[in-house]
Amino acid sequence: MRTIQQTFARLKSEQRGALMPYLMVGYPELHSLEEYALALQDAGADLFEIGVPFSDPLADGATIQRASEVALQNGVNVGFAIASVATLRKQGVHVPLVMMGYYNPFLQYGLARFAQDAAAAGVSGVIVPDLPPEEAGPFQQVLKLQGIDFIMFLAPTTPDARIKQIVSVASGFVYCVSLTGVTGARSELWDGLAGFIQRARSFTDLPLVVGFGISTPNHVRTVAQCADGAIVASALINIIDKTPAGERTTKLVEYMQSLRPNI
Amino acid sequence: MTNHTERPGMFGPYGGSYIPETLAPSVAHLIAAYAAVKDDKSFWDELAALQASFIGRPTALTHAKRLTAQCGGAQIYLKREDLAHTGAHKINNALGQGLLAKRMGKKRIIAETGAGQHGVATASVCALLGMECVVYMGVDDIERQKPNVFRMRLMGAEVRGVTSGSRTLKDAINEAMRDWVSNPDSYYLLGSALGPHPYPTMVRDFQSIIGCEAHYQIIAAAGRLPDLIIACVGGGSNSIGMFHSFLEYPGIKMRGVEAGGRSITLGNHAARFEGGSKGVLQGSYTYILQNSDGQISSTHSISAGLDYAAIGPEHAMLHDQGRVSYVSIDDEQALDGFQALSKLEGIIPALESAHAIADAMRVAPTMAPDQIILVNLSGRGDKDIFSVADVLGVSL
Ligand SMILES: Cc1ncc(COP(=O)(O)O)c(C=O)c1O
Repeated sequence: MRTIQQTFARLKSEQRGALMPYLMVGYPELHSLEEYALALQDAGADLFEIGVPFSDPLADGATIQRASEVALQNGVNVGFAIASVATLRKQGVHVPLVMMGYYNPFLQYGLARFAQDAAAAGVSGVIVPDLPPEEAGPFQQVLKLQGIDFIMFLAPTTPDARIKQIVSVASGFVYCVSLTGVTGARSELWDGLAGFIQRARSFTDLPLVVGFGISTPNHVRTVAQCADGAIVASALINIIDKTPAGERTTKLVEYMQSLRPNI
Repeated sequence: MTNHTERPGMFGPYGGSYIPETLAPSVAHLIAAYAAVKDDKSFWDELAALQASFIGRPTALTHAKRLTAQCGGAQIYLKREDLAHTGAHKINNALGQGLLAKRMGKKRIIAETGAGQHGVATASVCALLGMECVVYMGVDDIERQKPNVFRMRLMGAEVRGVTSGSRTLKDAINEAMRDWVSNPDSYYLLGSALGPHPYPTMVRDFQSIIGCEAHYQIIAAAGRLPDLIIACVGGGSNSIGMFHSFLEYPGIKMRGVEAGGRSITLGNHAARFEGGSKGVLQGSYTYILQNSDGQISSTHSISAGLDYAAIGPEHAMLHDQGRVSYVSIDDEQALDGFQALSKLEGIIPALESAHAIADAMRVAPTMAPDQIILVNLSGRGDKDIFSVADVLGVSL
């Protein structure tokens, strides 16, 4: 099992960017994650973002909202997500696994208990879209004790002074939101992206990973020119949705392979 | 950052600002803009002039004599927010924030609405001030508050139906937040004392005109302060606006009335204190209705304005301090209150306010005739006649 830091150091030495697919636990079926992850790792995933569903995902667009509803109906909770990570580790998934979810389910599970169980299962980092640095202290502290990175966000709207403050407490990598909006596949990338990433770069040496709206090989190539990695989320869910059950793993792998040479 | 009580926007351990990073600068900007007008006399003068000429303030205080006689106990007085322009207290906040938005140079206003009263108030203020207005409303609420949807559209607002989740107020707030995340230059005119800092404080400040007026009005009418104050609690704005100027009088008891719905089992009510627990929803740490996994539970109330899974963070603090008692009134009791006030006083209350009336009817008989109950009649019931007729089996 490699840490986030080791992963980016190795990618840097190989002069490659990170490709980071997002898979939601329990979507479309309760155990789908366990079917897809290893194959996607073999197809070139450098890290995974593992989505934990929430009933009220207010930073997410229609695709992830709907996936969250299905995953919750399938019975996913934080405990199940942790257990899924443990299963992936047993299967041989060794790349960093970063759990992404809204704050309340973690809070109800118990922050310290989560940090312990997540570390034991092999979680490498945690991303919480509704937990800005002003509120993140308690969670960040217990995660740090267990060696789990708390991943911070930067948005195009984040002013310089705030970027400075955020990167000073960030670890692992920095999640750069590629646009001013919610998640969801878009046909075009924002044309201010390179400028935004450059602005962030001037304040930190941490890896900058871009997410939100990335869906095509072209997008990935553009991101690779300015940043250290790309997160692909809604586009994967869209592939799952339009593919018959038996062929999903194959289609996801093909898609990953189409992105891989571009980063 | 660890000492909760030191931070602005905290009410004891409650409140805070749990928002996506994209919104952090917009929220910081709003905090600064509100701080700037707080000490700007010209802002409050402009607001006071419009409160008089546009809202019709001060709203009346009415001694509900026949209701009092029927209950046989404490004297019941009604603070008549139903007489405010657009029919509810919501306009107090919409006008205050609308003026603030105008000063910030905003051109586009986003709002959510449950019962439609906040949407109507916001649409009205946007027409008055010449701003674009987009209102999110759950499709279930659109169905049960049809008259208000039409009123919003008449005043030029765009009403967008929300089909996600439980299709009520909570989901309308999610969708309004998503719009704000996508359009951070727009102004989000949140309709209750909830959400991230500075909304709980700012909305309370704009609603506290209710209690300020009631304070001098009850002294003029009854010669003294009330023994008990009652208000219904959805997100918590009419209640906190009424309670606030009386909190410093320890002798005055207060009751916040939540929606008991069909029964106090998860999914059938909106009584956050009776049936909920602490957690984070839509920007603040407070009491919420959730399952053991931290997923937000669905809620039910006959009144759309009380049908919400979280309560404003200041109420969470007042609850823990024991300063305010929070009780619930179920759908049936609210309907009784609705009909009693209509028949006995010639005032048709909003179904939300009917919860406060029903609680007053419940406690008045336990008090002496020389005691006073002040009830905040937060809105009028015109919007509810279709759904009440439905429940009563009357076709209109
Ligand atoms: C008439 C009326 N009263 C009360 C409420 C509940 O909101 P709050 O608790 O913010 O006053 C509403 C909300 O729509 C309302 O329309």
